[in-house]
Amino acid sequence: MSARPIAVVGASAAGLAAAEALRRSGWHGPLTLIGDEDQLPYDRPPLSKQLLHGTWEPDRLLLRTRDQLDPLGLDLRLGTRATGLDAATRTLTLDGGVGVPPLEQGRERGRLECAGVIVATGVAARTLPGADGLAGVHTLRTLDDALALRAGLADPARRLVIVGNGVLGCEAAAVARELGHDVTLVGRDPVPMAGAVGTEVGELLAEEHRARGVRLVTGAVDGFTVAEDGAPARVGGVRLADGSLLPADVVLLAIGSTPAVDWLADPALDTSDGLRCDAYCAAAPGIYAAGDVARWDHPVHGRPVRFEHRMNATEQGMAAARNLLAELAAEGAHDPGDTPPERRPFAPVPYFWSDQYALKIQAYGLTAGADRVETTLLDRDERRTVALYGRGDSAVGVLAAGIPPRQIRALRAVVATPVPWDEARERVAAATAAS
Amino acid sequence: MKITLDADKCCAAGQCVLIAPEVFDQRDEDGVVVLLDAEPAADQHAAVREAAAICPAAVIEVHE
Repeated sequence: MSARPIAVVGASAAGLAAAEALRRSGWHGPLTLIGDEDQLPYDRPPLSKQLLHGTWEPDRLLLRTRDQLDPLGLDLRLGTRATGLDAATRTLTLDGGVGVPPLEQGRERGRLECAGVIVATGVAARTLPGADGLAGVHTLRTLDDALALRAGLADPARRLVIVGNGVLGCEAAAVARELGHDVTLVGRDPVPMAGAVGTEVGELLAEEHRARGVRLVTGAVDGFTVAEDGAPARVGGVRLADGSLLPADVVLLAIGSTPAVDWLADPALDTSDGLRCDAYCAAAPGIYAAGDVARWDHPVHGRPVRFEHRMNATEQGMAAARNLLAELAAEGAHDPGDTPPERRPFAPVPYFWSDQYALKIQAYGLTAGADRVETTLLDRDERRTVALYGRGDSAVGVLAAGIPPRQIRALRAVVATPVPWDEARERVAAATAAS
Repeated sequence: MKITLDADKCCAAGQCVLIAPEVFDQRDEDGVVVLLDAEPAADQHAAVREAAAICPAAVIEVHE
């Protein structure tokens, strides 16, 4: 049994799932969970929904209570940032926070020699030049971000400009309209969420947002103007590249995110668009990755993929944990016990959902980057829709809005592995015939 | 084993039903999780733990 810990870097959904799976699979050695925020692990999807809406308070977002975490026997280091990883020796460098070990003989402060490492550092919200230090301009990634935005929308009838019309921007627009604010959604692409779900489903979403009173604007942002009420450095509007000005009391930048890999400077690791992994979620011997930050070879889809989907965070956290333990057992550094005997490729059916107004959108497989999409509108007023996404001659993804759960599970089966396009069309039609 | 749900948090992903269909189901109207068996037999325990771990909204709590 190794006296070295397994370290999980990143204390959100993927990191927590990895830590729990390590314990369930029989890792009895030391286990360090490192998070750069001060909070206990919490869930992010509700940030742009229930938390922003004010129906949930932060306690409701906790993924586990203290009482649920205690039996894991974690060396939990919150407010701690990993600043480096030497892949060959599996050594982390840590900065700040509580619990970083004091100087011990032969041990440099802030260095952690590990039996294995799981990287689950997620992504960071992108921002725009000129946004820093300008009050009233927000991003939405962390609990603190969401609380600040919520406070900015505490007064009634604020003028909110949301820059970016992807999933996050659309969800925030829906909540802000329900709260009665004046909402403008700006995107470079005229169709909301087009990159994730294609043009036709995006048009349907655009209809719903317009019907609810959201103003949809197409354009690139050129910069910000400052409020004229004398308050220094408070945003007053968003200036577009065509010279037009959108007045704003509050601005949300929802322009995507960047994988949190800056701290991984080891040339042995490929950190272009996330931490590159093989089909087992391994970036190097003993080094695994999971969640938003991981780009791995999906064995079914035959190309590297990276998902910022909540479901993938838990599934990949569990897969990376089990594969790491199988590797350590093979190295003799871990008593196999309950550990799966060998590593398995991570081959999930991707899943994402989005809630906007009363509309729930659910999708399985790959919907982004499709080269063909067939959308069937079952009920325009209720936005009941099913869409099939293909690459080449195969169907690889399916999306449903307003479809009963049993039928959605049947749709999942259609795209669990790529199937010939015509066969998938027939199966989707059969599964939704009663809708 | 005893299972409790915080069903208000459910996002209707249906993953629990795929993993442990004898223990979990979904409401027809909105897909929210339904508990079929709050104290499942031992042969279901591994599947239930997996379902609880994988739930993307941390809805399922398992007491052992």
